[in-house]
Amino acid sequence: METVHHDVLVIGGGGAGLRAAIAVAEADPRLTVGVASKVYPMRSHTVSAEGGAAAVIRPDDSLDEHAYDTISGGDWLCDQDAVEVFVQEAPEEMLRLEHWGCPWGRNPDGRIATRPFGGMKLERTWYAADKTGFHLLHTLYQTSLRFPSISFHDEWFVVDLLVDKGRCHGAVAIELASGKIVALIARSVVLCTGGGGRIYPFTTNANIKTGDGMAFAYRAGVPLKDMEFIQYHPTGLPFTGILITEATRGEGGWLVNKDGYRYLQDYDLGTPEPKPVKRSMELGPRDRLSQAFVGEEEKGRTVTTQWGEVVHLDIRHLGEKLIDERLPFVRELCRKYQKIDPVRELIPVRPVVHYMMGGVHTDIDGATPVAGLFAAGEVACVSINGANRLGSNSLTELLVFGARAGRRAVREAGDAPDRPPDAALTQALDMERQIHGNLLRPAEKGERVATIREEMQTSLEAHAGIYREEEGLTTARDKLQELRDRMAGVTLDDTSLTFNTELLHYLEVRNLLDVAEAVVHSALNREESRGSHQRRDFPERNDDRFLAHSLVRRSVEGEPEVELLPVTITRWEPAERVYGK
Amino acid sequence: MPDTVKLEVFRYRPEGEGEPLYETFEVPYRDEWMVLDALNQIKDHQDGTLSYRWACRMGVCGSCGMTVNGEPVLTCATYLEPFLPGPIRVEPLHGFPVIRDLVGDLEDFVGKLQRVKPWIIREEERSPSEGEYLQTPEEMDAYKRYSMCINCMLCYAACPIYELEPGFIGPAAIALAQRYNLDSRDEGARERHEVLAEHEGVWSCTFVGECSIVCPKDVDPAGAIQRYKVDATLDFFRSLVTPGRSP
Repeated sequence: METVHHDVLVIGGGGAGLRAAIAVAEADPRLTVGVASKVYPMRSHTVSAEGGAAAVIRPDDSLDEHAYDTISGGDWLCDQDAVEVFVQEAPEEMLRLEHWGCPWGRNPDGRIATRPFGGMKLERTWYAADKTGFHLLHTLYQTSLRFPSISFHDEWFVVDLLVDKGRCHGAVAIELASGKIVALIARSVVLCTGGGGRIYPFTTNANIKTGDGMAFAYRAGVPLKDMEFIQYHPTGLPFTGILITEATRGEGGWLVNKDGYRYLQDYDLGTPEPKPVKRSMELGPRDRLSQAFVGEEEKGRTVTTQWGEVVHLDIRHLGEKLIDERLPFVRELCRKYQKIDPVRELIPVRPVVHYMMGGVHTDIDGATPVAGLFAAGEVACVSINGANRLGSNSLTELLVFGARAGRRAVREAGDAPDRPPDAALTQALDMERQIHGNLLRPAEKGERVATIREEMQTSLEAHAGIYREEEGLTTARDKLQELRDRMAGVTLDDTSLTFNTELLHYLEVRNLLDVAEAVVHSALNREESRGSHQRRDFPERNDDRFLAHSLVRRSVEGEPEVELLPVTITRWEPAERVYGK
Repeated sequence: MPDTVKLEVFRYRPEGEGEPLYETFEVPYRDEWMVLDALNQIKDHQDGTLSYRWACRMGVCGSCGMTVNGEPVLTCATYLEPFLPGPIRVEPLHGFPVIRDLVGDLEDFVGKLQRVKPWIIREEERSPSEGEYLQTPEEMDAYKRYSMCINCMLCYAACPIYELEPGFIGPAAIALAQRYNLDSRDEGARERHEVLAEHEGVWSCTFVGECSIVCPKDVDPAGAIQRYKVDATLDFFRSLVTPGRSP
């Protein structure tokens, strides 16, 4: 079996992965860095982020304000030491991106411009029009090409990690173009594979967001943290699920129901004003806005369309000039995918699965409980996002914690043995046998992998959506068990070694099922309502029992077990979340 | 509106059957479906062996470029409707070696992108603690258009020069070089000049302009190339009249 050696292996080539790779190259140019990504790095889902990235830069803003907004936005489930590090390092990271060429929006005097965002008390969201993620990703990718120590394994799909006796030694990957299976051996491994929004059918997430890294870690015995917290973004286009950025509301857009009424005023989010008011109405946090949609739906005040129930996002009053200057992508997306022009028409929107607050359990340096294994970005849970992430914190997060994880991976690379233990190489050979020997062997026709995926997605949407309760979650839990059993009877039409995307889908669905299991079991265990996790049967927040993170891990018998880990509180005592006042 | 539409899909697998062929699939027709939705219907419900790339399905990741009825397009942003009643022919992007089915080999572009040094080059790099490099909105306008490239490769597929002269650096990579050359924070134009001014750089382009026509993001690579030629020429003449300055 072919083996490739790197000092540091980064899995995933999105924002966090590229930032981590550059951090390694800058910290120690003698270390070799390999970036293995299942797509070309510039295809990674960071590219789809629209609105912006938060960091304190205005003289009238402060790090404490950013921390408070983040912590209250997260319904006091954030680790406050992590948030403090985050807000403190955010401005420097954002300026570094500026120095690398990111075209941040500017004021007429040439300084960085900011815009308002949901749940933020001041304008602290830096933006590159409404293609912030696109510019950030391409800036990082193009900058990474400068460093001779970084090499790319583009379109290599990692199958699993190589972990022996509590240390990670690398991973096994398939080179898609050839079907070759390769052991990627490394002293440190940084997981930057993003989230797993594709456990749901209706999501802003790209097809590639299949929770791979979360599943690798989970199977290797690393706990996943706060997996029950799934962010629904309140404004997705119906049918496609394409995101209409929160910046539409930051710039002054209104959400109205079928009567043209700004319904958020009925949900304890403040009173309507013609101009946007921070932390109020349309600039409330995402969890509360998505829940308000369900309230309107239940009152029969949403609009019925061929794609289901929607409300309307009205940005007509912003005028064509502002829309073209600040929200050109929104206009492009509406025209192309919804066949409407938001300059003159209302945008139909509904809540859509957008982001996973939870992920691989790490400390503030991205270190996991397994030696030599680190994680950053959406795949990780540090945690700064708590029970509900504020818009524009995730792009900043992948910079701050991508860099920290990269630097920590450098510091710990020296602790690794010079050659991996035989047990790790045996694992690699087993995986090769399983794929080439079993999955790619022609077989009697069984079930299609797409059937399993569709049934999983339908079940999660029905039972682990914006509102949950025990009965539905139990149904979903049993359904997932059934689907796991049925995976054994799935066969592939495609037995080719060349660019076999059906094999890829099979391995991705296996990952999705693991992630979905972690979500459902964590949701069942949390008998309270907090942030994005709303239980109909436990409608109140319960700090006595649940001011704590959920840690779910798979026991040796293969059963998920959930335990609680207290939240770190530094300076902000838990209080009621107040918006619109 | 019809209930179904036929797609003639290019199939090629290097192992086994050998010769490329077109295979016809019939898929349900829906007004809101893009060509990519039809391919996904085939993949999930008819034939799991069909291979193609896609990711964001919102026209920004650049993965799903293919040739539809002869035109290079992003399939996630191309409705079935204008092609009715069909059949609709779907092929990989022209001008790239085919790995399999609708998947082309893009390694050539990645190498060319790196050659034009698409990053900020400065004699002196400032530390972030010294604050941002000032750049007015007008200065940003000078390069903004060229920074919108999503690397989707439609411009290479449309470029008749690239087809004949595979060494040609090509529209997207030159546009990205110009994106940095025209950025007020950058001082690397001279370093990029070596690559852009060589025979396979800008001078290969005969200004057919197809690249700018097919670009889904209005980047105008043809404009970038023309502008560079003018600048390079002026630079050359300036070097003749200004002693000590080399092009």
